[in-house]
Amino acid sequence: MDFFRPDSLAEALAAKAEHADAVPIAGGTDVMVELNFDHRRPAALLDLGRIVELHEHGRQDGKVRIGAAVPYARIIDELGRELPGLAMAARTVGSPQIRNRGSVGGNLGAASPAGDSHPALLAANAEVEIASIRGTRMVPVKDFYTGVKRNVLAPDELITAVHIAPATGAQQFSKVGTRNAMVIAVCAFGLALHPDQKRVGTGLGSAAPTPRPATKAEEFIATELDWESPKPLADSVLRRFGALVAEAASPIDDVRGSAAYRRHALAVLARRTLGWAWSEHLGGGRRACA
Amino acid sequence: MRVNVTVNGKQRTADDVWPGESLLYVLRERLGLAGSKNACEQGECGSCTVYLDGVPACSCLVAAGQAEGGDVRTVEGLADGDRLDSVQQSFLDTGAVQCGFCTPGLLVAAHDLIERNPAPSDPQIREALAGNLCRCTGYEKIMDAVRLAVERKQATT
Repeated sequence: MDFFRPDSLAEALAAKAEHADAVPIAGGTDVMVELNFDHRRPAALLDLGRIVELHEHGRQDGKVRIGAAVPYARIIDELGRELPGLAMAARTVGSPQIRNRGSVGGNLGAASPAGDSHPALLAANAEVEIASIRGTRMVPVKDFYTGVKRNVLAPDELITAVHIAPATGAQQFSKVGTRNAMVIAVCAFGLALHPDQKRVGTGLGSAAPTPRPATKAEEFIATELDWESPKPLADSVLRRFGALVAEAASPIDDVRGSAAYRRHALAVLARRTLGWAWSEHLGGGRRACA
Repeated sequence: MRVNVTVNGKQRTADDVWPGESLLYVLRERLGLAGSKNACEQGECGSCTVYLDGVPACSCLVAAGQAEGGDVRTVEGLADGDRLDSVQQSFLDTGAVQCGFCTPGLLVAAHDLIERNPAPSDPQIREALAGNLCRCTGYEKIMDAVRLAVERKQATT
């Protein structure tokens, strides 16, 4: 096994172009598990730890650009105000040790349907910045996932950043698991109010072969919400929204939960998070955490 | 490959390192520092927690080559010579050590918590230690130990 330690993004992209089978590694929280358990023996590891721009965040064209290797702990500490939904999701990742190393770029690279950041990225309409020696492209996150642990990356490409518009409205994230820490989601739901666009963004996790938005639920709620003179939502509207979110899922039965349980739980999560977010929009104050 | 790393303030070199092996393996098997424990090898148990460049990490999830040029502080580096760190002494004084396997990771995690937060609440202590499993289930004594270490630190500052 080779070990490449590029000092710059240009060097990393050149290495990836030359060694398409090199596995990128940043925090190592997914890749090293596969190595430790002999589930994977890549020809090479491509260490992204030295590439400064992958570990930085800043503003670009009005959006927050988060380098692919910025760990969850820094998203929580430094970006909670601009990106509350992603910060909430980040708080539910693993443990302090894992949040110190794991990153959104890694979540996207692994493309597990259970990745915690996906629902928040979908709800906020994030875009994934992907680079190769051929150039850079931007892919809306809803088009990024192509199957279970599959994504649109070509063999010579690396995820370099995600771009997310700062929140213009309340955001929420909720996740079902057996305890608060170290839990892979049984199912998860992200929600973002976009008052500037008069719409609501959604994202489902652990509920289908890929993370996905609940498009029909988004269309339904867009017609129900009165953005000019907001009023409390009728329980029937919250329940209809929850039912449409559950319909958007195509979950499986597995050791973590049955498909029926996941559908039921998603309807509950969707109803609650919409209620919390809309109360905040009405001026009821912000809930610190779901 | 060769890996150069500062461990507990000393420059160390490991040779013939397989690029896919973990920092934990380098520490235990190549540098003879067996304090950090190897259990789950998947970041679930926290027994291998070390400071890497000042940040607690599961050393089983760091590829050896990623630590090249880095600064590692293990449980062996908490004490000042024969004088135990206050967190270590508090674990002893409260009986927070049973079989002892989880203790090194918990010591590093608790040490980091108290460095960052001089007055943690109980929920904050629990959250900070959520990545460290004790299968003797001695959590109440561990909570006592961290509270005592906090009190002692507050008394001396």
